[in-house]
Amino acid sequence: MGQDSDHPLSKGEVGKCGVAIDSLADMETLFKGIPLDQISTSMTTNAPATIIWSMYLVVAEEQGVHWKNLRGTIQNDILKEYIAQKTYIFPPKPSMKLIVDTFEFGSEHVPQWNTISISGYHIREAGSTALQELAFTLYDGIEYIEWAQRQGLDIDDFAPRLSFFFNAHNDLFEEIAKYRAARKVWYKVMTERFHCKNPKSAILRFHTQTAGCALTAQQPYNNIVRVAIQALAAVLGGTQSLHANSLDETLALPTEHAARIALRTQQILAHETGITNTVDPLAGSYFLERLTLDMEKGCWEYFERLDAMGGMVAAIEQGFPQREVQDAAYEYQKAIEHKEKIIVGVNDFVVVNEPPIEILLIDESVEEQQIQRVRNLRETRDNGRVLSTLTALRDAALTQSVNMMPYILDCVRAYATLGEICDELRGVYGEYEEPAF
Amino acid sequence: MNDKIRVIVAKPGLDGHDRGAKIIALSFRDAGFEVIYTGLRQTPEQIVNAALQEDADVVGLSVLSGAHMTLCPRIMELMKKEGLDDVLVLVGGIIPDQDIPKLKESGIAQVFQPGASTEEIIAFVRNNVRQK
Repeated sequence: MGQDSDHPLSKGEVGKCGVAIDSLADMETLFKGIPLDQISTSMTTNAPATIIWSMYLVVAEEQGVHWKNLRGTIQNDILKEYIAQKTYIFPPKPSMKLIVDTFEFGSEHVPQWNTISISGYHIREAGSTALQELAFTLYDGIEYIEWAQRQGLDIDDFAPRLSFFFNAHNDLFEEIAKYRAARKVWYKVMTERFHCKNPKSAILRFHTQTAGCALTAQQPYNNIVRVAIQALAAVLGGTQSLHANSLDETLALPTEHAARIALRTQQILAHETGITNTVDPLAGSYFLERLTLDMEKGCWEYFERLDAMGGMVAAIEQGFPQREVQDAAYEYQKAIEHKEKIIVGVNDFVVVNEPPIEILLIDESVEEQQIQRVRNLRETRDNGRVLSTLTALRDAALTQSVNMMPYILDCVRAYATLGEICDELRGVYGEYEEPAF
Repeated sequence: MNDKIRVIVAKPGLDGHDRGAKIIALSFRDAGFEVIYTGLRQTPEQIVNAALQEDADVVGLSVLSGAHMTLCPRIMELMKKEGLDDVLVLVGGIIPDQDIPKLKESGIAQVFQPGASTEEIIAFVRNNVRQK
């Protein structure tokens, strides 16, 4: 979000939604003793992705690990932030520029890194249908490519590093159809719309996470069953990687016990069920092929509307995807309340006076310690160097044609904080405020 | 005089998860309430100021970030300072059971956890809002 842990707006939130990273010093602590050339790291960071990634790259430098040997992913998908998750900082144009900068920098210096994970997960969690998740996510992909091409990048230089991230909700066959349609539609987009030459550019690779929003606070052990079936859909649909949610997802961050059951669910699917024995095992099923075709057709129809609006950034500025998702969420809620849709334990098969389950609580002292840490850092670092790197960053941001990554890396090396770097960029780019719909 | 129930729906803090807030805002609207949605990233001061300016009967807070024990009591403190004692304040979101007594002590009228229906929330507002 671009604020340091001691910013007034951060109060009460430090360490609650993820590990607090204020500066390079925190990233050094996080990866202390972990050789970065021997692991792959996935970082769920979006609006500040250039900065967080730079911190990771500098830790690699300090370890003497060559960037060419680094593997991992940054989520780095701002479009779905405007549509769904709402953790944006800057307006769309400068945000898109920063993302294209990571594509360019990554393909040249960190070639094994996935510089974006184009995400439908959050769109679905915000209440979209399966079709909207698919259509908006793939169209976000189109938008990133078009912006990169306008900045002069060759499609085959960066497209093989584009990756996707989908949700796995409750409707087993609909979800499998969604994944199958995703591959088919993306192949057509890449070959027919963008005329890519490298076959790898047309391959859609994706991560899946089971649907947090489909789990219930009521009778939470039932969530183990839901997660297993959602994960099954993802595997049958051909996912490259998978995150199974914990049974206490609706209540808090997971306890170790709940997280282990989620991991074991994956291991049971992988080792005991045989579902990974072949590729696309449901191909040819009359029902699934029909669903897949319908999903593709719906997707092309959305693409036509988005093209007519002038692309995804323009559509976001008009509030189109936001309204679509919001209306779908409201319809879903009404269907539950009218019992057109049964959610076991919520609107039927209810148990009264359930005993509560154990949940994880984050100690409030975490925030105090983190605030102290960032304040100490500001006193002990070379503040002259911080100032000069921040000034260079500002000048670079004013010159629209330069890649911002080297300047951000310099700020990070000087131990400028995330909040300071973002403030400098806010001064040039401005801040996004969501219009009311 | 307009006797519609006036509701502020607000998202305090940095939390961007607004699915619940928007569903609540839409269902309040359909129930005939007058709804003002503040948008995201509101400070306690901004929310209380909105309640004051808009002459709200009800303030609905939506928090999914885990920051409710910092933000909600602060909002209640400011509400009292502004003399808004008869405004009904509700909280919805990811709120663990053990935090509910403390929130109610600070003046929050009711806490709605995951799975709560919009019908029960609307009924609660109708039964507990100040009389005009």
